[in-house]
Amino acid sequence: MATGAPNQARRSSPAVTDRRAELTLGALAVSVLVLVGLMLATVAIKAWPSFSANGLAWFGPGGDVVTQFRAMHAGVPLPGHSLLYFRAWPLIWGTLLVTVIAVVLALIASTLAAIFLTEFAPAPVRRVLEPVVRLLAGVPSVVYGLIGILAIAPWVNENLISNSRKQSVAYVVQLNGDNLMTAALILTVMILPIMVALSAQALSSVPASWREGSAALGVNRWRTIWRVSLRTARPAIAAAIVLATARALGEAIMLAMVSGGRPFAANPLDGITFLFEPVQPLGATIVQEFGGQTTGAVANTIYAIAAVLLVSAAFLSFAGWAVKQPLKRYGIGV
Amino acid sequence: MDSMLPPPVRRIALDRDPTVAPARPPVNGAPTATPTAAPVAARTPRPRPAGTLVSERMRAESVWLAYGENWVVRDVSLPMRQGEVLALIGASGSGKTTFLRSLNRLTEITAGAARSGRITLDGQEIHELEVNDLRQRVSMVFQQPNPFPMSIFDNVAYALAERGRRRRRRTPELEEAVADALRRAGLYEEVAGDLDRPALKLSGGQQQRLCIARALAVQPEVLLLDEPCSALDPISTATIEELIVELRESVAVVIVTHNLQQAFRVADHVAFMHLGELVEYGPSEQVFDHPTVQRTRDYISGAFG
Amino acid sequence: MATAELGGRRTPPAVAQPPREDISSWPLIDRIAYWLCWATGIALCAIAAAIVLFMLVKGISYLRPSLLLHSPAPSLHQSQSGGFLDPIIGTLIVTLIGILLAAPVGVALAAWLSEYGRPAWLARAVESSIEMIAGVPSIVLAIFGLIIFSQSFLGFLSSQASDGAVTAQSFLVAGIVMAVLALPLVFGATREALSQLPARLREASYALGKTRATTTWRVLLPSIRPGIAGGVVLSMGRIIGDTAIIVILLGTTLKNEPNGGVPVLGTLRGTGSTLTSYVYGNSPAGEGNAPQKAYAAAFVLLMMVLALNALVTRLTTGRTPRSSRPFPGARFWPLGR
Repeated sequence: MATGAPNQARRSSPAVTDRRAELTLGALAVSVLVLVGLMLATVAIKAWPSFSANGLAWFGPGGDVVTQFRAMHAGVPLPGHSLLYFRAWPLIWGTLLVTVIAVVLALIASTLAAIFLTEFAPAPVRRVLEPVVRLLAGVPSVVYGLIGILAIAPWVNENLISNSRKQSVAYVVQLNGDNLMTAALILTVMILPIMVALSAQALSSVPASWREGSAALGVNRWRTIWRVSLRTARPAIAAAIVLATARALGEAIMLAMVSGGRPFAANPLDGITFLFEPVQPLGATIVQEFGGQTTGAVANTIYAIAAVLLVSAAFLSFAGWAVKQPLKRYGIGV
Repeated sequence: MDSMLPPPVRRIALDRDPTVAPARPPVNGAPTATPTAAPVAARTPRPRPAGTLVSERMRAESVWLAYGENWVVRDVSLPMRQGEVLALIGASGSGKTTFLRSLNRLTEITAGAARSGRITLDGQEIHELEVNDLRQRVSMVFQQPNPFPMSIFDNVAYALAERGRRRRRRTPELEEAVADALRRAGLYEEVAGDLDRPALKLSGGQQQRLCIARALAVQPEVLLLDEPCSALDPISTATIEELIVELRESVAVVIVTHNLQQAFRVADHVAFMHLGELVEYGPSEQVFDHPTVQRTRDYISGAFG
Repeated sequence: MATAELGGRRTPPAVAQPPREDISSWPLIDRIAYWLCWATGIALCAIAAAIVLFMLVKGISYLRPSLLLHSPAPSLHQSQSGGFLDPIIGTLIVTLIGILLAAPVGVALAAWLSEYGRPAWLARAVESSIEMIAGVPSIVLAIFGLIIFSQSFLGFLSSQASDGAVTAQSFLVAGIVMAVLALPLVFGATREALSQLPARLREASYALGKTRATTTWRVLLPSIRPGIAGGVVLSMGRIIGDTAIIVILLGTTLKNEPNGGVPVLGTLRGTGSTLTSYVYGNSPAGEGNAPQKAYAAAFVLLMMVLALNALVTRLTTGRTPRSSRPFPGARFWPLGR
């Protein structure tokens, strides 16, 4: 601290102000911690009733989610069960399906697009593509949902789902344009930009000496990309996958508009029809079932669903960190 | 400090008796070469064992190279022979690195590079060969060691797996080829214990020898070295220089160096380039002892550079 | 070997440009990969163009100036009546509240972390917490807001029904949760900007005997104004585009319904709509069946968000090397809206 102040009486003042500032800011920092702790704690507490009433079977199959919610809204429990009776499996299965399909498709597409952007695209094309990716990243999810529900779903309904297909499962479920496939495709487009951006950044950070060395050894450009650049970019791509998965998991609005709104556990054994079956992922369920209640059975169930999403988000956060560790020994850092 | 004094220059006395350590004892029974123009670090050039065939592998004829509007190499013609080491010396910006890179068409990677002239490998114009085939016959080692972020084995086997289009499984042929390359690079004994170690964990000198092994693994006909020791300590440098001299029997070696003593130590023929032009070319004894061009004399005596 | 004479500058001959790497010599599988990369790149452009053009066409065909100036009106002929003035005002209110709360807190936290950061465990914990907040989907943040603000002691922020149940739906509540949403973005942008400042700036100030607080307030923060502005604009775009929080914490009414007679406070405590919930409400997923208005509102929304993102790019490029940031805020990418 400065000690050369000519005025002896003021020597302690700067230090005191600084200390005060530090304490104030420190208090602010602590309050952020408190906020996060509060979030975890309150969601857990509010979710507890639903979990305790159902046990682990909460995650399992059993009955029809629509009936269960209807019972909760009416306040009349289903025969033989408590008011909080709930089996979330169709919702969980729907979430898994949509998320996994979207992430896999986005991974392939984003890797190819990132390679194109960094290696093969001529300069004018690159100048166009970069703003395009930024643009796609900025589109709000409700706009994606609107395009989905007003343009894509009807098109799918008219052209891809034949009447015979609809007949074949009519006794179980109604096939429509808003279904697993539409939802997964739009979700893929939603998570593509972030993956392309992160992958492209990783690829362009590969040291030129490695790429030059590979070229000097007589290895063609694609093989160099495949064996050196992609390998170097692996941790970053893995981190991008985790980020994109978290995004896909948390998507609620677009999926609420486009995924079908009927909590149905799509059955892969149905073959192609499986793609056209409706699903209702967890986030979409919250949006669709919330009717303004803050207490009661419906609210408790919704809190339980939110808790599941929160835990998944925290888990993915941790996974994002863990995935960067292994390749550090070979000299690839992120 | 008196600003009138010129900065100290390393002068190689061309016309005085050596006052430093006497010449080293003769190597391989050859007569002692006590050059009247002894460089400061006196080492005798290694004599060629009798009976070695020297055959021309590559020839550059009237090569001109430009980056954009800038002519970096002007009308250079040189032969590259197996059985000897050719050293390209010159000041920075003399075009020697660019010329070296044109020998395996690495200049094509840079946008805006243009060329003229003829470069042949075993009689074939290199621009008519498939570029990746060419680069496996004319291998290059760079100034900064650049091992890939893989294990030692994978580094050396890298180009091999491509050539044979084999999967990177450890077939016995692959293992033998890798071991052979490491032996030729003088690295085998040091790493044989654990070939799966990450290559980046090796020391600088070891990494550079790994890069040499990697370049040798594809059995090239010509080995290009771009200032391979400039980033290394003296002991690693000495090791690699011995390596270069041994390798010249099996490959044509072309080395670019700005270190005159190094050129003196390893080279059989020397080409001095200045501002893109080939100023003098000849056997190393001749160029160092009796340069015919004044500019060469100036460079070697340290008047510039 | 003849030596060349220096000074004789012979004219350089005509040159042949070396070709770029010739694909035809590659094995087939590599060529297929090359073509796939091209195809994907072009498909990406095509998708983006399709989205923008589609919204452009639909939006312009349904957008009329009257829509921007009138409030939503209940009517049997939804396609003719009313507009979305209320949702626009609602968007502005929510964004304003969110930014006013998030920006000072985010900047202060980033400054604390960067300049003080003691004790170390607290600094790490705060960093992880903010990253966690960034990772939480906005629907979960909305539910969290619901839980907290439905406590009766916070009932003053929204409306309270006659039996004491708190609705936890109001502009204030939504704005506060939006601030939590925006916090990581402002924090990240400020932190990055601070880390790019050269050390000599701080050293010069300390050498003059200034305290850390003064240095930060008078020297560092003013120097990173563009960075902070970038973070603020980025979070504005994020807030404007978010629907989940609005649907849960502001309800799906189309008009702004003030709660109580006090002029400004009543509106803030009341419910209403924003552009996002308006689009959602008018789509087949909501109650309305006025797709034309939904398109028009969505078009306005899209243009606002894209303009804000373009503004962020303008504010922040040139300050950080391109390779270190894919695009602004990428690290804290929106997770669920």
